[in-house]
Amino acid sequence: MAKSPEEEHPHKAFGWAAKDTSGILSPFHFSRRDNGVEDVTIKILYCGVCHSDLHAAKNEWGFSRYPMVPGHEIVGLVTKTGSNVMKFKVDDRVGVGVMVNSCKSCEYCHQDLENYCPQMIFTYNAQNHDGTKTYGGYSDTIVVDQHFVVRIPDSMPSDGCAPLLCAGITVYSPMKYYGMTEPGKHLGIVGLGGLGHVAVKIGKAFGLKVTVISSSSRKEREALDRLGADSFLVSNDPAKMKAAFGTMDYIIDTVSAVHALAPYLSLLKTNGKLVTLGLPEKPLELPIFPLVLGRKLVGGSDVGGMKETQEMLDFCAKHNIAADVEVIQMDQINTAMERLAKSDVRYRFVIDVANSLSQSQL
Amino acid sequence: MEDKSFEEEHPTKAFGWAARDQSGVLSPFKFSRRSTGEKDVRFKVLFCGICHSDLHMAKNEWGFSTYPLVPGHEIVGQVTEVGSKVERFKVGDKVGVGCLVGSCHSCDSCSSNLENYCPEMILTYSAKYNDGTITYGGYSDIMVADEHFVVLIPENLPLDAAAPLLCAGITVYSPLRFFDLDKPGMHVGVVGLGGLGHVAVKFAKAMGVKVTVISTSPSKKQEALDHLGADSFLVSRDQDGMQAAVGTMDGIIDTVSATHPISPLIGLLKTRGKLVLVGAPVKPLELSVFPLIMGGKIVGGSGIGGMKETQEMIDFAARNNITADIEVISMDSVNTAMERLLKGDVRYRFVIDIGNTLKI
Repeated sequence: MAKSPEEEHPHKAFGWAAKDTSGILSPFHFSRRDNGVEDVTIKILYCGVCHSDLHAAKNEWGFSRYPMVPGHEIVGLVTKTGSNVMKFKVDDRVGVGVMVNSCKSCEYCHQDLENYCPQMIFTYNAQNHDGTKTYGGYSDTIVVDQHFVVRIPDSMPSDGCAPLLCAGITVYSPMKYYGMTEPGKHLGIVGLGGLGHVAVKIGKAFGLKVTVISSSSRKEREALDRLGADSFLVSNDPAKMKAAFGTMDYIIDTVSAVHALAPYLSLLKTNGKLVTLGLPEKPLELPIFPLVLGRKLVGGSDVGGMKETQEMLDFCAKHNIAADVEVIQMDQINTAMERLAKSDVRYRFVIDVANSLSQSQL
Repeated sequence: MEDKSFEEEHPTKAFGWAARDQSGVLSPFKFSRRSTGEKDVRFKVLFCGICHSDLHMAKNEWGFSTYPLVPGHEIVGQVTEVGSKVERFKVGDKVGVGCLVGSCHSCDSCSSNLENYCPEMILTYSAKYNDGTITYGGYSDIMVADEHFVVLIPENLPLDAAAPLLCAGITVYSPLRFFDLDKPGMHVGVVGLGGLGHVAVKFAKAMGVKVTVISTSPSKKQEALDHLGADSFLVSRDQDGMQAAVGTMDGIIDTVSATHPISPLIGLLKTRGKLVLVGAPVKPLELSVFPLIMGGKIVGGSGIGGMKETQEMIDFAARNNITADIEVISMDSVNTAMERLLKGDVRYRFVIDIGNTLKI
C-alpha cells in the first residue's frame, strides 16, 4: 500500500495544499526526501503566487493530482548541501522555479533547454523518478537537485525576486529567442499582470519602445508613470487600435483567458512576431490571411532553461528589476487566490512563508 | 467600359482570354497594352501557368476581382522590345513575370527587397496600375512590365515547365529560406501535393532536407516517393502513422488553402519547430495554445517573395534542374482545365501553350 504523504520521505514538512477541484488550500503535513549527493535543502523564505497555481489548484487543465502543494516561485536559504554540490553552501540565498529535474542526457538538456526536455519534472503536481509526487513552494522546506537551483544576486530583495523565477523567465526567454532585444524597436505587451508588468521592465531595459495594451484604461497611469511604458493602448477602443495598426515589431500576449488574436495581429508590422504565453483552457481562433500577407508569426514559449534563468536574474539585478509584489501571510492565500482570479493585485502576491507558515499550524 | 474601349485604352493591340463575371468562365477578349516605357520590357508570351489563385480570382472568391479579368501570373516569353533605360534585358532574352508588376519603391519593405509586402504592391492582374488602368495578366499574347518585376530565365530551363515557378516556386522557396528550413539534414513536412506542394518537395530535396509529404490521398504515395523523391509519406487520417511521426519535424510547409485542422500538424513538429502556411484559408483556424507553448513552437505565414529572391529562386532551380511537373493545354481548353483544377485533377500544374494556341 502506498505510504501517506507524511511517511513517504524521511523528513517532516509542512505546507498548504489544495485537496480537491475547489482549489481551496489548507494546512497539510507531508515529508521531503533525504538530501542526496546532488541535492540542496532549502528553508523557504518567500513563494510567489503564479496564476498557474490557481489554474492547477482548480484542475482547470485537467491533469491535477490531489493533494497539491502549489508554488514555483521560491526563494530561500540553503540549509544543507550534498557532497557533490560545489556551487552552493549553507546560508546562500537561492531560488527554485518551475522545474526540479530533467533527464540531463537528451539534446535539449545538452543545449541548456531543460524546459523542453520530454522528461522534465515540474516543481509541483508531477511525478518524481521514485514515483512520489512533487510538492511546491507553499511549504517550509524543499530538497532540489543543485542543477535546478539558482543563486539570488545579493542586491535583489527576496520578496520582489521570487516572481522572477516563473514570470521573469517566462517573458525573458522568448524576448531573447525571438530577438526582441534591438534598441528602438517597438514591443506591445497585452495584459498588465504578473507577466506583463515584468515584461515592461525588461523591455525598457533592452532599450525597446514599450506599449501596454490593456482592456482596463484605469491601468494607464501606472503603466506610464510607474512602470515606465512609453504608451498605453486600450484594446476595446477600435479607433485607437486602428491608429496603431502596423506599428509594432513584436507583441507579448500574457492573457490567459480565451481571447481574439486578430486585433493584435493587426498591430504588428510586416514580419512581426506575436508570442503567446497565457494558457487558456480552450483553443484560440487564428486568422491565416494576416500571417500570409504580412509574413507574421505566432509563437509559444515555456519558461526557460536553467542557464538562462540565472542569466535573467543577473540581468534583472544589473538593471534593478524586481517584481511589484503584495506580501501576504500563508493563511490569507485563499483570499489572495480569489482576488487573483479577478486580477485584483499589483502585480504578484508573494507569501511570506518564513514568517507566517509555521504560525498557521497552530 | 464598353468592350471596344478596352481595345483603345492603350496604344498597342493585345489579345487574350478573360472572365467576364463571377461564373469564372473565360472567353476571347480583345484589349490593349501600353507603349514600352523607358523602364519597360515588352515580351511575346509563350507560356502561362494556371495558378489556383487564377480560379479564385476569376470567380471573385476573394471579393476584389474586377471584370473583364485576364488571369495569369506565371508568365514566360521572349523579349521583343526594351525601353531606353532598361539595363538587365535585351531583345531575344527569355524572361518571366510573376504575381507583381509594381510597388512603391520607397517603403521599408521595398527597401529590403520585399516588394511582396509593400502596402502599395500592384498585382499582375485585376489591380490598379500607376496610370489608373487595370492590369491584365498572362493569358494573353504580349506583356509589358517594368524591368524591376521581370526575371531572366536561364537557358537550361524549359520555358513551359519553368512558368509555374514564378508563383508556385517562389511561394514555397521563400519560406524554406526565411524560416531556416533549408539546412542539410533537417526534416521538413510538406502538406498537400499540388502545384505548390510538389515544387516544395523538389526544392527541399535539392537543399539537402529530408522530406515527408503529408496528404489526405494515399493514392499519391508512389508518386511522392518514386517520382518526386520524397523520403516518406504520411496519410493525415492515419492515426498510427501520425502518432509515430509526432515530434519529428523541424518545419512544415502547409500548402492547403481549404479549412483544415492544424493541431495534428503542430504535433508533428519538434520542439521549436515551425509550421508555415502558404495556402490561405479564408476562415480562421483553431489554435490549441498548450502544445505551442509547451514546445516553444511557431505558426507563421508567407506570401510569394520579393523580386531579388524570385530571381535567386529561378537561378537555384536552373542549377538544380528543377521545374514543375506540368500538363500543357491549348488556350481554348482553359475552361475544362479550370474545372479539373477545382477537383485537384492535375499533375501538378496546367500550363497554357500561349505561343502556339492563342489565336484571335
